[in-house]
Amino acid sequence: MMERKNRYLKATSSLSKAIGAIVWKDLAAELRSRELLSAMLVFALLVILIFNFALELDAQARRVATAGILWATFAFAGTLGLNRSMAVEKDRGCLDGLLLAPVDRSAIYFGKSISNLAFMLIIEAIVLPVYSVLYNTNLFHPGLILVILLGSVGYVAVGTLLSSMAVQTRTRDVLLPILLFPVVIPILIAAVKASSGFLQGLTFTDVMPYINLLIVYDVIVTAVSYMVFDYVVEE
Amino acid sequence: MIVTKKLVKRFGLKTVLRGLDLEVQAGEFVALLGPNGAGKTTFLRILASLSSPTLGEVIVAGYRLPRQASAVRHNLGVVSHMPLLYGDLTAEENLRFYGRLYGIREAGQRITEVLELVGLESRRRDLVRTFSRGMQQRLAIGRAILHDPDVLLFDEPHTGLDQDACDMLDRLLRKVAGEGRTVVMTSHDLARVEELASRFDVLSRGIICASSSRKDLGRKNLLDFYRQALEN
Repeated sequence: MMERKNRYLKATSSLSKAIGAIVWKDLAAELRSRELLSAMLVFALLVILIFNFALELDAQARRVATAGILWATFAFAGTLGLNRSMAVEKDRGCLDGLLLAPVDRSAIYFGKSISNLAFMLIIEAIVLPVYSVLYNTNLFHPGLILVILLGSVGYVAVGTLLSSMAVQTRTRDVLLPILLFPVVIPILIAAVKASSGFLQGLTFTDVMPYINLLIVYDVIVTAVSYMVFDYVVEE
Repeated sequence: MIVTKKLVKRFGLKTVLRGLDLEVQAGEFVALLGPNGAGKTTFLRILASLSSPTLGEVIVAGYRLPRQASAVRHNLGVVSHMPLLYGDLTAEENLRFYGRLYGIREAGQRITEVLELVGLESRRRDLVRTFSRGMQQRLAIGRAILHDPDVLLFDEPHTGLDQDACDMLDRLLRKVAGEGRTVVMTSHDLARVEELASRFDVLSRGIICASSSRKDLGRKNLLDFYRQALEN
């Protein structure tokens, strides 16, 4: 029997390095395949197009309806991305590969959450100018950008956790929206109200209760997801 | 190196492992045989810390599961019939990714070494989705030994491979097992494991019902031993 030399003694991979590795892997793979982003983008554009043709809105009605249309678009497109992002891990057994690594399992949760958030923000960055042109509405308001960021963080935080649960089942495609939408109702209500407020010219102080709700929800769902992720992926 | 005592695994009302006792010495190559549904994969998933035992004691590489799972994962490589690789990354990128997760030092040098060992050095910049099933399985072995583990678990690694790919995989398995590693492999291909393993354990109805070293098997055919074990 040949003796093995332990030249590559393992150093513990830190949480931040592991998270960075997962984010790098997701972005590199997506840059090649463009599978997830293209599906999300086409879907998002179709939704705003359909709304555009279905609702013939005057200027006043547009200001009222914009927030709802935008968040419905983000929520549906986001679900597609969350589902696909975890399905890629499960289909080739890669989730096992991640779980076999000697890193804290929260690194997997945070890594996947950051990747999902990046994909969602990319889609939102493309949808906003397209929406502005189609609906002749100016969406470039710093307050609205903040709401979109906070809303997306909460949506992805809870969505990543639920998609890792749903992906273990045979009905994962239909299960995720059923699990996700009831849980994200507080985010969607707060995000729509805050977005609508900014678009109707309300001040930051007027919209502050909804911003606070978004921040509190983000913190709570991230903390809860961090605590339970280990149990969710455990067999 | 691997010890399980009175290991029980239940999924709801179904009991898959019923008090399984097993001891594998360092450097041994154990072939775990058994019919479909015997609990081989469940057993390997418990050893790999991917599944928690319901009852019983599990020690891998000197560490107890599930309490010391992280230490076990440092010393463990797993190859299953799924490659656990990302099709949209190159061979080198896949290994670099896993290298980062395992915190491997001198990753570039180690990746080159592993790719040479599995015979994929010339394909290091090719996307894994362009690889044949045999090449993916060889790269999967490279991924499993990248962090230089003491224990290797193979779950039916020959599944879906043609004859030539199986032969090549066997040569590679011999090479990595010959480096002093402890190996547990499940397989349905008795002819192949007969050539590879130093010990044969038969798992049936959730327990090890027969065990024989290659030496004890003598001139007896492995197939006869296996059939006899299942009949008793």
